[in-house]
Amino acid sequence: MEYISLFVKSIFIDNMIFAYFLGMCSYLAVSKSVKTATGLGIAVIFVLLVTLPINYLLNEHVLKPGALAWAGLPDVDLSFLSFIIFIAVVAAITQIVEMVVEKFAPTLYSQLGIFLPLIAVNCAILGGSLFMQERDFVNVGEATVYALGSGIGWFLAIVTLAAIREKMEYSNVPAALKGLGITFITVGLMAISFMTFMGIQL
Amino acid sequence: MSDINFKEVLLKPIFKGNPVTVLVLGICSSLAVTVQLKGALVMALSVTIVTGLSSFVVSIIRNSIPNRIRIIVQLVVVALMVILVDQILKAYSYSISKSLSVYVGLIITNCIVMGRIEAYALGNKPIPSLLDGLANGAGYGLILVVLAFFREILGSGTLFGYRIIPQAFYDAGYMDNGLVILPPMALILLGLIVWIQRSIQKDLQEK
Repeated sequence: MEYISLFVKSIFIDNMIFAYFLGMCSYLAVSKSVKTATGLGIAVIFVLLVTLPINYLLNEHVLKPGALAWAGLPDVDLSFLSFIIFIAVVAAITQIVEMVVEKFAPTLYSQLGIFLPLIAVNCAILGGSLFMQERDFVNVGEATVYALGSGIGWFLAIVTLAAIREKMEYSNVPAALKGLGITFITVGLMAISFMTFMGIQL
Repeated sequence: MSDINFKEVLLKPIFKGNPVTVLVLGICSSLAVTVQLKGALVMALSVTIVTGLSSFVVSIIRNSIPNRIRIIVQLVVVALMVILVDQILKAYSYSISKSLSVYVGLIITNCIVMGRIEAYALGNKPIPSLLDGLANGAGYGLILVVLAFFREILGSGTLFGYRIIPQAFYDAGYMDNGLVILPPMALILLGLIVWIQRSIQKDLQEK
C-alpha cells in the first residue's frame, strides 16, 4: 500500500515538471512533436529507473555519515562528495545504456537517437537522486518505485505538452508571445490543473 | 583574438541574449527558488560564481582536454565548483541552504553553465571566458530577482522578509495572492516577462 501511495504521489502530486520544474530545459526544447516527446519521455523513465537505485545504494553504503562502517571506517562522512558521485553515475549509466541499446535494440536506438546522451545533463535525473537523498527512503524498493513514478510523471507531462503545442500551431497567438512565451503560460495552466490532485491521500 | 569587445561580452547576456528568456537555458532552478527574494538572490550569486569560475577553469585547460571525453571533464569541473559553493552556504547560512534544498546541487546540470562552457569557454581565452560566465550568471540572476520580487510582494506582501504592504491594507480587506507562491504562477509570470521583452525587441519574435 505504501508503494502504491508513493507511486501515485510521485506521478501526480510531486510531479517533476509541475511541482519542481526539473528537466525544464529539454522539456521545453523537445516538446514540439508528440513522437519525439514520447521518445525522450521513455528514455527518461528508463535512465531514472536504472540510476536511482544505484545512487540509493551508493548513498546508503558509501556516502552517508557512518555508511562506511562495513569497511571498518565508521567515522568517515563522505556526503560532501555526493554531487560529484551522483553526476558521475548518471553520466556513466547514460553512456552504458546508450551502448547497450545500440547493440541489442537498434530500432529503439534509432528512435531515441540523440536524446540518450542529452539525458546526462537533464536536471530530472540528477534531481531525482538528490530528492532521494533528501527524503531518506527506507529501502531500495521505495527508491525504485519513486524513480518509476517520477519518470512516468515526466513522460505524461512532456507528451501532453507536445500534444497541446501541436494543436496550438493552428491558433492565432500574439506575435511577441509566440513560441516560448505561450509555452510557459500553457505549462503554467497545466500545472494548475495538476494541482487538483494535491488533496488526494492514499 | 585581442580585439574581443569586452563591453559586448559583458552586456549582451544581460538583456539581448539573456540565457533564460532568449536562449531558454537554466529554467529549472530559476522557477523553483523564486518564492522569496532572499533565496533568489543567493541562488543568482551562486550560479554567477559557478558559471564564471568553471568557464575560467575549463578555458585554462581547454587545449589539453581530449574532445571525446570533454563532457565528463566539464561536469567534473562544474561539480567541483558547486560542491565548494554548497559547502560555503552550509557553513555560513544554513537556513538558506536548507530552503534552496536540492537546487544548489542542480546547478551542476544547469544548462547555463554547460552551455556557456560548450559555446564560449572552449574556444576563448580564460579572461573573456570568466567575464562571459559572470555576465551570463548575472543575466540569469536578473530574471530570478525580477520574478522573485513580484512573487514575494504579491504572494506574501513582503520583500526580503520585511513587510512592505502596510497593515492598513489588510484591515481594509486586501489579501495576499496565495496562487503566486505556488509553482504554476512562476511559469505564467515568466511567460509574461518573455512577452514583455519580445514586445520591446521585435527581432526576437518567433515566426
